Amino acid sequence: MSAPAAKLEVSGLQKRFGGLTAVKDVSFSVHAGEVLGLIGPNGSGKSTVMKSILGVERPDAGSVRVDAREVAGWPPHRIAQLGVGMVFQHSRPLHRQTVLENILLGLLPDRLFDLLPRAAADARARAIAERVGLSAVLNRRPTTLPFADLRKIEIAKAIARDPQVVLIDEPFAGLTARETASFAKLITEMRDDGRAVLIVDHNVKSMSALVDRVYAMNVGEKIAEGTVAEVMANETVRRVYLGGALTTAARREASFVDAQTPFLEIENLSVVYDKAQALEGVSLHVHHGEFVAIVGLNGAGKTTLFNAVSGLVPYAGDIRRQGKPLRGRTAATISREGIVQSPEGRELFGLMTVSENLDMGGHGLGDKERGERREWLFNLFPILKERQRQTAATLSGGEQQMLTIARALMMKPDLLILDEPTLGLAPVVMEQISKALERLRQTTDITVLLGEQNVTFALPHADRVYVLEHGRIVWEGEPSRFAAEAGAIYL
Amino acid sequence: MALRAFVSPPVLISLIVVLLAATLPLYVSGYVLGLLTIAYYFGVFSMAWDLLFGFANEVNFGPSFLIGLGAYTAGILDNLYQPPIALCIAAGVLAAMIGGMVLALPALRVRGPYFGLTTLVAVLILQNFVVVAAGLTGGEIGLTIPDVISIDEKVNYWIALGFMGVSGAILYGLTRSPVGLILQASGQDPVQAGALGFNVTKHKLAAFLVSAFFSGLAGALMAFYLGTASVGTFIDVTVGVQVIIGAVLGGRRTILGAVLGAVFLVALGETLRPLGDLATFIVSAVALIVVLFFPAGLLGMVKGAREAT
Repeated sequence: MSAPAAKLEVSGLQKRFGGLTAVKDVSFSVHAGEVLGLIGPNGSGKSTVMKSILGVERPDAGSVRVDAREVAGWPPHRIAQLGVGMVFQHSRPLHRQTVLENILLGLLPDRLFDLLPRAAADARARAIAERVGLSAVLNRRPTTLPFADLRKIEIAKAIARDPQVVLIDEPFAGLTARETASFAKLITEMRDDGRAVLIVDHNVKSMSALVDRVYAMNVGEKIAEGTVAEVMANETVRRVYLGGALTTAARREASFVDAQTPFLEIENLSVVYDKAQALEGVSLHVHHGEFVAIVGLNGAGKTTLFNAVSGLVPYAGDIRRQGKPLRGRTAATISREGIVQSPEGRELFGLMTVSENLDMGGHGLGDKERGERREWLFNLFPILKERQRQTAATLSGGEQQMLTIARALMMKPDLLILDEPTLGLAPVVMEQISKALERLRQTTDITVLLGEQNVTFALPHADRVYVLEHGRIVWEGEPSRFAAEAGAIYL
Repeated sequence: MALRAFVSPPVLISLIVVLLAATLPLYVSGYVLGLLTIAYYFGVFSMAWDLLFGFANEVNFGPSFLIGLGAYTAGILDNLYQPPIALCIAAGVLAAMIGGMVLALPALRVRGPYFGLTTLVAVLILQNFVVVAAGLTGGEIGLTIPDVISIDEKVNYWIALGFMGVSGAILYGLTRSPVGLILQASGQDPVQAGALGFNVTKHKLAAFLVSAFFSGLAGALMAFYLGTASVGTFIDVTVGVQVIIGAVLGGRRTILGAVLGAVFLVALGETLRPLGDLATFIVSAVALIVVLFFPAGLLGMVKGAREAT
């Protein structure tokens, strides 16, 4: 007999959304008893690959084979019945049911006339709970449990189906180091049971001890495949994650006039969402006129940090503007007083025109000043002038991003917070935005706090860089030292 | 035994309440019995609606579409040909279930408020049809239904109570059963339910059919009790609103609470009748306050207090 066929085999997978090709040509296979890591930065298409395997998205071309059977285009429940299980990143258990009942759900057959509970299923559910470490909380309701236990329920539900192929989405997001270790053990056990495991995450580091092989992708295509060491050493991977050789124009920190009391000071900031710790003891500062970049992968806590500064989420710790605490001020006051955010989600008024969106930003200004400001922004982003009468929803992604930044600039900010301005944009558009930021830096004394996972974009502008990982600052320094010192953290 | 899973304090309490209610004809007036008979049918309407809203997570603004189909189909058949009453009722149920399928189709395509709108439009279409096809339906004057199941108000009361009890037991049992669990999962997170191997479409469609079955059956029975059917009693949007408020008032996702809410609404409306139009206003205001401040409803409050300990 020849070598056993792969449990999961993806080949030539392609998926388009409108004009955007999210996945161009992805091929890989996972064998029984093997763990494959699928990594890629935001917008790389890894989620789309996962959804295509699950049947949530229908691939435009290519094939997905489970146990040598073609399943591309099947509805999710049939693919699941064939033996594909999924551990979701966001756990959404049934809140009115107990933990035991939630696990039982995974054991039920897909039948309409299954009216009586069975003792055998109950025993199995208990055994699974024992295995994942939920025995002590079997009769509790999910709302009363810590975050790590909720994730365990997800694992338990997936195991209950006894899947041949298990997909795990960002297994360690929001977990502490100890929880991560026990979670990793559960994943290893799944592999030892002879299942084919596919872990999807942002970077190699989080999963390096777990995976047998890694498949790295970027903008819908494979960039590398191999062992952890091979992928981490790969030139393309390093360029995508760490940026290539860069020319930085960093100014020395001591050169800023407010060296004593920086414009913005954040001290020991912590934010807890429901049960997940989003930020833990973050301290940083930004001088007047400085360009500070906070780099971190998706879920590192960048947006939470910005929202805390903008007064949008409750926090512990101190945030001071020019020495005065911001706590107690409403989000509206903070932004009116000059700390303005250009949010990751853009949050444009989709049915308003470009001009109207800008006027919303400049509503506090007098007519003359607003007009001048608008002209200045049209100069900075010429494409917006052409699009003046168009509604925001009809703009391209890049134009929308420019409008978002321009709207924030209409408010004449002292501090501009840019949250992931490059998210989902084509390289050529990134270049345009990059040029605009450069001009902003050269011609005004604006202070910028930029959150990015795209290092190539962030570093050339930055005077100083912070690396945020799992809600903590793990590195701080000049951009020129980044690749050498922080590269290993980031990959 | 596995059946033990269905025996719980709420079930025992409900059983006792139903048994007590069965003795009411011995000491209350016929007027009160008549009111409660109607209230019990509304209780079934609300329970059937809760199955869709509370469990399948589909906001159906058209419960009266299903109720009206059941009532009018049964009534028209009796009016025209006087076949056995059971046959008329069966036809009513069938019509409501077909209506349920028709309602479910948009639910599988559009979500949230858009689905809610399509159900509302379904009610308006049925209402217009009844008015336009006056020759068949009695139009705005109402449809006369020549036969009645019984002229004894005590018998009618017991039929309604028994029907409500059985419907409640079935619907409650269904929601506590394994399929009920799957239905809840499909309603709360269809993607995850699909990934667990459940055919979400199938389970939701089944929920629509079950809801339509009980709505249609209750509608047909109530029509035979009243001896007439009119738009105002069976189809009008206000009827649907009363059904919905009853279910929400009683407590979403509780099934049994829906009966509580429906009876409460009918009883309060009747108690306040001397106030005239003001009564409707007060009932609406009370419902609004409960929905705003106690979104878990009457039974939800009791449950919440217990779960918190």
